[in-house]
Amino acid sequence: MSGTLVDENHDVGASPPEGRVRTKRIVTEVPSAVDRRFNFITMGAGISVLVLLLLVGLFLMIQSSDALGETGIWTFLTRTEWRTDVQPARIGVLGLLTGTVLVALVAVTIAIPFSVFCALAITEYSTAKRRKWLVGVVDLLAAVPSLLFGLWGFLYLSDKIVPISRWLSQNFGFIPLFKTESDASLTGSIFIAGIVVALMVLPIITSVVREVFSQTPPGEKEAALALGGTRWGMIRTVVFPFGKGGIIGGSMLGLGRALGETIAVALLLPQVPQKIGESIHILQNGGATVSGFIANRAGADSFTTSGLLAAGLVLFVITLATNMIASVVVSKSRSGAGVDI
Amino acid sequence: MTITETPAAEAAAKRQPPTQRIRTPRRPREFTTFDVWILLGSLISALCLNWLIFYRFTVGASLFGFIIGSYVTFLVIFAAVTADRVGRLVATDRVMTVVVVSAAAIVFIPLVLLVGYILVEGLKALRPNFFIEDQTGITPIMPSTSGGGYHAIIGTVEQVGLALIESLPLAIAAAVFLNESRSKWRRPVRIFVDAMSGLPSIVAGLFIFAVLILPFAKSGNPLFGYNGFMASLALAITMLPTITRTVEVVLRLVPDGLREASLALGASRARTVWSVVFPTARTGMTTAVVLGIARAVGETAPLLFTAFGYDLMNSNPFNGPQESLPLFVYRNIRKPDISAIERGFAGALVLLLIVLVLFAIARFFGRDRSKSKKSGIRRRSFSAITSLIPSRPNASPAKEASAP
Repeated sequence: MSGTLVDENHDVGASPPEGRVRTKRIVTEVPSAVDRRFNFITMGAGISVLVLLLLVGLFLMIQSSDALGETGIWTFLTRTEWRTDVQPARIGVLGLLTGTVLVALVAVTIAIPFSVFCALAITEYSTAKRRKWLVGVVDLLAAVPSLLFGLWGFLYLSDKIVPISRWLSQNFGFIPLFKTESDASLTGSIFIAGIVVALMVLPIITSVVREVFSQTPPGEKEAALALGGTRWGMIRTVVFPFGKGGIIGGSMLGLGRALGETIAVALLLPQVPQKIGESIHILQNGGATVSGFIANRAGADSFTTSGLLAAGLVLFVITLATNMIASVVVSKSRSGAGVDI
Repeated sequence: MTITETPAAEAAAKRQPPTQRIRTPRRPREFTTFDVWILLGSLISALCLNWLIFYRFTVGASLFGFIIGSYVTFLVIFAAVTADRVGRLVATDRVMTVVVVSAAAIVFIPLVLLVGYILVEGLKALRPNFFIEDQTGITPIMPSTSGGGYHAIIGTVEQVGLALIESLPLAIAAAVFLNESRSKWRRPVRIFVDAMSGLPSIVAGLFIFAVLILPFAKSGNPLFGYNGFMASLALAITMLPTITRTVEVVLRLVPDGLREASLALGASRARTVWSVVFPTARTGMTTAVVLGIARAVGETAPLLFTAFGYDLMNSNPFNGPQESLPLFVYRNIRKPDISAIERGFAGALVLLLIVLVLFAIARFFGRDRSKSKKSGIRRRSFSAITSLIPSRPNASPAKEASAP
């Protein structure tokens, strides 16, 4: 049986009122038994997704309480060392977080211009046929597993990047960012890891930016062109201002992915936490990320494992926050109202 | 009064047949042949100049430095020449066109290099016995062609299959909830699904480890130890948001008219979803599932804390550590001996091929069939997944205006 619509102010069996008194009609749906079950099941599924995510946080918290209790939450967050060979063990997540954020920042900095240009090429510069190709390539880039990116970066790309790193440090070494210690190895650097991660976040940023750009009102674009603007003039004055929120949101989403990137970074970086007071050299060997560090220590003793779970919790909170902010930024912007990210 | 044509005019019209007025379609172009020459000239002069600078006057810069230098010089020369010819405004436009097109073209390069590299390296060690042998009795001195990854393939199939069984009903129900119900909980659930799709996959593995493996570590129950089933649970968590969101997008494209027609005929909401919405969106949902599988097949991080990896055949996913293809690759390429690394590459090639095949299948189901004679409703859900972009906005209104 189907659900029936019932007019609450109206007795179905009674004859219509004579004086045509207009009462406000309130229509409510009374679902049938099947529909009640249907609503219950789908709602349960929806809520369970919500609960699942909360459970992830909760259980990581419970199981990491060992390490967190012994170290203290604040100490854990602000200590850069990770040493389990001394008694008592001195573990902290700050050294890992520095590396994580640096890799993600390098990746997003490299990926943003390429993503924006790629999105422009797809929405503004290509014919339908070429657009299909471009979208296919970007999607394919997203489909390649992280492991294969890591493998390729570790054994192939790394050797190709080292001369660039050397060139950068020789010629731009006066900029603190590009400084390296003399006779330092340039493989396994945050820079190389950042480049590989950039390839992985590029499709994500591109797809968000692309959707935002494609929603630019045609009227405004045509107006810009009709006023005699060139195509670039139209993009600069109409598409970019319209898509600003999407670009920012998409970049943050990419940042969130880059922060959580695991296997490629586990292969590319030596995973040694940044030491106290050590200046940051992104071009030379060194650096660790939370996720890569965890991945390299699977199957460790119980205290270390508890510490790893605590680090995982920190990562979970940070990526969740970044993603939430990103989706809010996109959905609040004028351009991103109907965009899925 | 009508105007009568004179015989002379008629004859004149006959004398000039319409064949003389062949209309070649006009193709207004922004880039003329001359512009192409400018482009080529700038490129060649930039290359020569940088060759001089990088290889004759200075040494030490790599090929990469040469390429970057050439590209920048090329842009400068091109901008200068165009500005001289057509003015600054148009020159900016042209230079940006070149920048945008080249940036998009550069994206192809890493993809081609990656696929090519894994293909070349993987073929060195990939032999048919890879698909029928495991790593029994393999020692570091043996060649990379001995032994295989049969156990890893079986592990991957079992784990991904189980993960699909676990996540698919929940994912589809959640997508139906997001799209077909009118609950006020939809918004928070959607936010959480979005957030979950950004969840680092290693956290999914850690979660299963923290909930199901760690508390039971001392019990000795093999079901709650490192095994394939735990891996499938972790994979299910990573697949869930992917499938939910893709299915939701597909469901949204089913026209409301169909739902309303069904409800108006007296069908319940459940019946409407089951008999109208699902069949309409079936192909799109298949694509969603295939994409979910493609994502899960390559996931390594969640398996590290759950399946753990094992060199020998273990076909029982509920008992003991199990290998899978990503783990096989990851564990082998971290070994110091060359034969193991080569074996890892063979596994990587198989993994890449599986992902590519899944991708092709997803594309096949999701391809744009707007030219075929299928019903219009289906057409929309087909094209929706692969290309979420509407047709070029500044082209379509003109077409509509010209139509009678």
